Amino acid sequence: MHSYYEKSARARIDAVVDAASFREILPPQARMLSPHLQALDLPVAFDDGVITGAATLEGLPILIAAQEGGFMGGAVGEVHGAKLVGLLQRAVHGQLAGVVLLLESGGVRLQEANAGLIAVSEVIRAILASRAAGVPVVGAIGGQYGCFGGMGIAAACCTAIVMSEEGRLGLSGPEVIETARGVEEFDSRDRARVWRTVGGKHRYLLGDAAALVDDSVDAFRNAIARAIRAGDRLDLDALEREQELLDARLQRFGQCTDGEDIWRLLGWPEPDRVPLLTATEFVAQARERRVR
Amino acid sequence: MERLHFSFEGGTRRAGKGPRIVGVVASGNLEVLIEPRPEVSACTIDVNTAAVGFGTTWEAVLRDFFERHPLSHVQISINDAGATPAIVALRLDQAVEALE
Repeated sequence: MHSYYEKSARARIDAVVDAASFREILPPQARMLSPHLQALDLPVAFDDGVITGAATLEGLPILIAAQEGGFMGGAVGEVHGAKLVGLLQRAVHGQLAGVVLLLESGGVRLQEANAGLIAVSEVIRAILASRAAGVPVVGAIGGQYGCFGGMGIAAACCTAIVMSEEGRLGLSGPEVIETARGVEEFDSRDRARVWRTVGGKHRYLLGDAAALVDDSVDAFRNAIARAIRAGDRLDLDALEREQELLDARLQRFGQCTDGEDIWRLLGWPEPDRVPLLTATEFVAQARERRVR
Repeated sequence: MERLHFSFEGGTRRAGKGPRIVGVVASGNLEVLIEPRPEVSACTIDVNTAAVGFGTTWEAVLRDFFERHPLSHVQISINDAGATPAIVALRLDQAVEALE
């Protein structure tokens, strides 16, 4: 079993798509470097921390992007964001089964604040435009750095999110919450609590993630292909249904202070055992209990 | 950041395939982009490093590399975020392996 978590962004693409099918757009030798990082005399990466291109996945023609968490925590700068936007805009024109985003990002790159913020909003718009054109956008989250900030919002705009238990998805990351609100509000060093709040299992139970898989590239590939084949329907009815679900979720769990409280309300007799279950055991028991 | 340029002449192994990239610009790590360059016979290496003042160390590591792999007609470009000499040497070997 090959770990998804351990792989670099480039290695993830190679492992997830069909062998030798990947054609990179703006590859490293194009040297599309961040002008901001150069002006600030900071290290740059030849691909600005995101790899974009076209491939097939289980025979399905797709566009795919992967963010490299190792480079500045996968943070989105102007070039990084423009590569994502360009890829998503291309989705509307091609004969494609879907767009796959292997997400790993702390959000906006602070060194490129305004350009990064605009880039993230453009990414969100482009995701929704792709979906409106009937091309599903599937996000995958299972890396060391999680998916937070503006990219957390972008992930929530995807057709479906595939996560592993190790993956984390949220808006403000644990360190940010602790810095802003104090350690009593959120102790970011309490790893178990972090995962009970933003981890893959919790996101699956809350209905934010469509699939919870083992930390293996094969499991990610299968779940991504399934999500693409399920297609997309982004219309007013679907949005209103989603809004009702979120309202009901807030009503039901708004007073909870810990993931375990929510799991108990969802009918787990021993919520403290949820983190110990394997992905297969967990999904078998979670299917009937999760929000949706 | 410091930019360094090296050029090694007399290489006997011509780089054919490529370009290839290995490594990630993460703390204590580097990326190595290796590209065939038919029009120039030398092995040229451009380094962009966050660790300022280590030019002689780079030269020693890169000379060692060229002795292991006497490449010709190749351009190597490095973005470095403070990798140790051992990591640099391993990444360079990995880049050559990726060409094969």
